[in-house]
Order: sequence, then C-alpha cells, then structure tokens
Amino acid sequence: MPDTSRPDQTPDRSVLLDHVSIRFGNFTAVDNANLKINSGEFFSFLGPSGCGKTTLLRCISGFSEPTEGKVLIGGKDMAGVGPNKRPTALIFQHLALFPLMSVADNIAFPLEVRGVSKKERRKRADELLEMIALPGIGDKKVSELSGGQKQRVAIARALAVEPDILLLDEPLSALDLKLRQHMRTELRAIQKQVGVTFIYITHDQGEALTMSDRVAVMSKGVIEQVGEPDRIYNRPRSAFVASFVGENNALQGVIKVQSGETAALDTPMGTFEARVGGGRKYKAGDKALLFVRPEQLVPGAGDNAFEATLTRQEFEGATNHVFAKAGDSELRVSMVNAGLAGSLPAAGETLSLGFAPMNATILPVADMASDT
Amino acid sequence: MNRNTLFGGAYAVAFFSFLFGPLVIMVITAFNSSKFPRVVPWECFTTGWFGELFGNQRLMDGLLNSVIIGAGVVALAVPIGLAGALALSELPSKLRATLYTVLILPILIPGVVLGISTIVLWGQISRGFGAGGLYNGYFLTIVGQITFISAYAMLVFIARLQRFDATQTEAALDLGATPGQAFRKILLPFMAPAIGSAAFITLLASFENYNTTVFTVLSESTFTTALASKVRHGTDPSLSALAVIIITITLVGALTNEAYQRRKEAEMGGRASRSPLYANPVTRALTHPGVVFAILVGIIAVVSFAGSRHDSSMCEAAVLQEKLDRQEELRAAQKARIEAEQKQQSTLPKSNSAFGGAFGGLGGATPAPESAEPAAPKPESPSAFGGAFGGITAPKLEE
Repeated sequence: MPDTSRPDQTPDRSVLLDHVSIRFGNFTAVDNANLKINSGEFFSFLGPSGCGKTTLLRCISGFSEPTEGKVLIGGKDMAGVGPNKRPTALIFQHLALFPLMSVADNIAFPLEVRGVSKKERRKRADELLEMIALPGIGDKKVSELSGGQKQRVAIARALAVEPDILLLDEPLSALDLKLRQHMRTELRAIQKQVGVTFIYITHDQGEALTMSDRVAVMSKGVIEQVGEPDRIYNRPRSAFVASFVGENNALQGVIKVQSGETAALDTPMGTFEARVGGGRKYKAGDKALLFVRPEQLVPGAGDNAFEATLTRQEFEGATNHVFAKAGDSELRVSMVNAGLAGSLPAAGETLSLGFAPMNATILPVADMASDT
Repeated sequence: MNRNTLFGGAYAVAFFSFLFGPLVIMVITAFNSSKFPRVVPWECFTTGWFGELFGNQRLMDGLLNSVIIGAGVVALAVPIGLAGALALSELPSKLRATLYTVLILPILIPGVVLGISTIVLWGQISRGFGAGGLYNGYFLTIVGQITFISAYAMLVFIARLQRFDATQTEAALDLGATPGQAFRKILLPFMAPAIGSAAFITLLASFENYNTTVFTVLSESTFTTALASKVRHGTDPSLSALAVIIITITLVGALTNEAYQRRKEAEMGGRASRSPLYANPVTRALTHPGVVFAILVGIIAVVSFAGSRHDSSMCEAAVLQEKLDRQEELRAAQKARIEAEQKQQSTLPKSNSAFGGAFGGLGGATPAPESAEPAAPKPESPSAFGGAFGGITAPKLEE
C-alpha cells in the first residue's frame, strides 16, 4: 500500500518482470518478458498497436495475472494482489476522469476511498492542483477543462496517494501536436519532481525517445531490445527495431566476409562495409540486411560510395527529404537545408552518396520477416 | 397562405384533435351533472363527481392496495433489473444473447398466463411447505408483476449501461477503491437517472396492470381491477373526474420537469447569463423547478377548495324539475292521444277486431278512460321517453 507518510530512505520503486508470459487461449500477447525497471526510472514500452504493451501494463497494474512468470514490485511478488492493493496508479488512454465529480473530488478520490477526512482531502487536492500549475480549478466540472488540463488533472489524481509506480497508457495520443510536445516536457518535469517510477506506453517513437531513461521496443509480444534511447536508435539489435524506430533504408545482400565488429556485404548496388549488429557471427554466403539511416547517407565520395538517381524530393524546411534510386532499391536521404548559400538538387540528377561503416548496421533477415 | 400550409395546418389540427380530443371531452364530462358522461345536453356545472369518486370505498381501497403493491414492485423490480443488466454487461457475448432472451421472455408471455402460473406455482408452494401466509393477494401480485416488470427495468438499465465507460470502474479500482466502493461511488451515481426512470416505469406498469393482477390479486382488488369492474356495471362521470385528476398530476409533473430541464440546459450551455429570466432575482426564483411545482400545487389546492364549496344542487333540482315537467307534458300529450284513439275506437263497431290486434299491446295496457287517474304518473308507462329519463326520474319518483 502506498502510504502518505514518507519513510526516510527512498522506497524500492522497481518493477521486475520475471519471465512473464500472458496468453489468451492460443494467442500469446506477451512472450517471456524478462526485465527490470529501476527505481525512479522513466521507462517506456514502444511498439506498434497490438504488440502486447498495453497487456503488459495491465498485468503490472493488476487487472490481469501473468499466465507464466512473476511480477515483482519493490521486490514483492504481486501474484493475487488486486489493482486496488498495488502501489501502482494507471493513467488511462482516455484518462477515465469521473465526469460526475468536480476536479477536486476527482483528485481526492483515492483519499476518499481510504477514509481520509473531507477537509484533509480538499487540502491535498489543492496542493496537487498547485503542483500541476492549475490552482483554483478544484470546483470546476471535468467537462469544463481543456484536453491538456484534463491530462494534468489525471496525473494529479494518480499521484494523490503517492504511488511507487505510475503507469501511463498512451495518455498523450488524444492531444494535438503542440500540446503533446509541451506535455512531454511537463511529464518529464513532474517525474523528476516526485521521483516516482514512470512506466510509459506508446507507439510514438518521438515520445519514447525524448522522455525516457530507457526504452523497451516490443513487437508481437516479444521485447526486441531494451536500452537507452540513443542506443536503441544507433545500435538496433534486430531488423524490427532498426525499421520501427526512426527512418531507415534496408539493403538486402549476402555476407562476403566478417572481421570482428564489421563485415562486408555484397548487395546489388555494390559491396559495402558496415558494423555487425547485436554482436552476431556470420559465415560467408549468409543472407543479411544492411540498415543505413537517411541522415547517414552523405553526398560525396568516401567510404561505401555509390551513385543514385534522384527521383523526387519533399522539402520540409530544415530538412530536404530526397528519394533516390540505386539498383532496384529506392533510398531515402535526409539533407540539411543549406539555405540560399547552397542549392537543392533537381530530379533526374545523379547523386554520389556514401556512408561511414560505423553508421550502418548489418542485421539478420529472419526477424525482418516477422515484422511484415 | 398556400395550399401546402393549409393542408399542413388542417393535418396538425386533425392530428392533435385525435390525440387530445378524447381527453378534452372527458375533462368536460367530469363537470357535467348528467348521470351519464356526456357533454350535450349540458345540464349543470358540478364538482359532485369528485366527491362521488372519493366516496367510492371499493375504488379507494383498490387505490391503497395499488400503492402498496406498486411500492413493493418498485422495491424489488428495480434492484432485480439492475442486477440483470449488470450480469448481462459482464458476460461474454455469446452467453449474453442467450441470457438476454431468457430475461426478456416474460415480457413476451401473455399476462394472463403469468397470472395463472403465479397462482398455480405459489399455491403448490404454500400447500407443500405449509406457508399459507404467502398465498395472499398482495404477495402474489407483487411476485407475479415483478416477473415481467423487472425485465422493463432491466431494459432501461441496459440502455444506460451501454453508455458507461468500463474504464471508469477500472480507474476507481486502480486508485484504491474496493469493488464495493467503485460500485457505490462510480457506477451507481452514473445509473441514478436510469434508476429514477426505472422506478417510475415499474410503478406505472404495476399500477396499470390488469391481465396478471386480476388473477393474482385473489379476493382483493387493486385500483385497476376495481375500476374495470365498475366500468362493467355501467360508467358514470366519476371516472371522468378520475381522469381529470390523473391528467392534472401528469401536467404538474411534466411542467416541473420542463422547468428543471430548461434551467439545467441554461446553466450547462451558459445561456443563464444571457436570458433576462435568469438575470432578475425574482423571475429567477420563480422559474426554479421547486417554485414552479409549489405554484402549481397551490393553484390546484385553491381550485379544489373552491370546487368543493360549489353547490350545484339548486341547478340540478331545477334541471330535474324541468325534466319532470317535460315528462309530465309528454305523458299528458300521450294520454290525450290515447283517449282520442279510444274515443274513435268506441265509435267503431265492436266486430272490427282486426284493429284490436294492432293496438292490442297499447290498448290492453292502457286502463279504461273512466278509471284513469291523470294526476298519478306510472313508472311503467310505455312512453318512448321513459328509457331516456328513467334513470334519473325513477328514484326521485319513489320518494
């Protein structure tokens, strides 16, 4: 039970998923999730819809039990502990504020059900409204609030009894872009302020990468990779992670030779040298994929040089997205807008492109198939 | 005005006449002193039928029984309906369809069947377990009615539950509420309007039910069964008086509700500040639903009191006298005619018996002119008008 009296040492707010599998009949929603979320961490589960991330979240909050494995919160096994007895608070996708109650009553609801006196509740609700920078709206109706205000009220309600873990189920998905970006910063600030472990569910990689300490990328119930945002982006361990997180160009090829960290790959466009992802070992003749990000394809000769024909481009202010055909494949190239001092290439022009071997990743084909 | 609006107007008039015409006629007949509910001929304005209605012991006993049974049905059918709706919402869809059909079935079964089966079942039970106390009209009627009225309540709750966001309950649980608290603090407040309408619908359904009740009520009677038996023995304007009361109650309820809805809408939509009615404190207070209700009840009280002081006996006596005079006149005319005929008959030869058959019925009943006493009218008079006035004049003549 989360208690309002804070102990001197910070409580253990970690979550351990110990070989958790969740099945519905023959369908495996979560397959052998095995990871530890540290105390006070901002941790995100990132994946496309239907990848099992919400199922996992409901399992942590206690609405479902794992078919196999254990969920430990603060080192305690949560088997058989209902959602109302866990030190977690869940922020629902559509927030689930209580429309028949005032804002203050919403925020004080967790205190009300714990038998806290009315006066005390009101005091705490006002404190929390202060914290979310919305003082004085306690007597308003929920329907009178804007989207961003509702968001913050939902957070205040979840934090009213100081849970150890705050679970967030895509809470920003209903907001418009500007507000969403603003709320990212805000969420991160609140998390730093209260020191609660945040577990954040999203399909938006921008949200996951900007806010999180660590990210777990999920696909079809399997956790593909866990790591810091930059590692997820720069060092994908599977073809799914490489293609789902950020934009990527994939080239099919055959391994020519591997020498430690790097390998040479024969592709229809030529032989390229690149970093081997996930520390794997390949034999000559193994099929593999080479991933190189659009912004890593730079004009001019150098390493891994090749030529491509520009087919079309999309101008987006700071960046110019160029699509170029090389061999059978169309590649995406991001070019920084050099302004009036530079010049934009025209369609039909031939581009000389290249990339550094460390900025491209060779990954096995097998799990690419599972993605599509 | 073009033809379309003319037709539209005529149609609207016809439509509303069809809807409300009977009600208007019924209200008028309640204040006509004629013994038979009718508008023409108008006799006297009277409030006597209300007194007659309240004086009818059988109806008043039935009303009390109906209230007792209605309260019992509401108290049982609403929770049962709510439980059924909740159970349906929790079930997997395949099972839900089956259970829905089962729960709805009592509505489709004729009330007569439900009534008979209720008395048969509980007769068996009370005999089998020696619980004879259960075999009484109140208990059986409540039990018989809730078999199908709880299904009405359930339908109301299902409609409301479909709009309930189940994550609300989950949120409550997640925030530390026990399932009981989540039910009381989240689901019940959401269901409150539906509970109100379900209670109202079940009360009305119980009150007006005849088919089932007429069997299950045994030797007792409810308002509806008492009313039905009264109508069977001939109707009088006290039923119109009852209709006036029911229409009045409905109107007061509707107006109060309208006042409530308008105020709510105005407050929700922020129209309150714009409307001059809400700006002025006096009119603002006057349009409050509670005040509206109080004013309407006050008006009814004053009208009822004034009505109860109204004495139509003078007018009724005058009308009666008029009728008696008219009857007398007719009788005298008839008598004169018969005498004239007899006089004519006596001038004819006695052997003309062929006419004797034709006039026999009339002539035979008519006493001889010598013995006739013109001052004493006879109730058995073969007057063609006797039937029409008979109901009114006969008791008076006995006095």
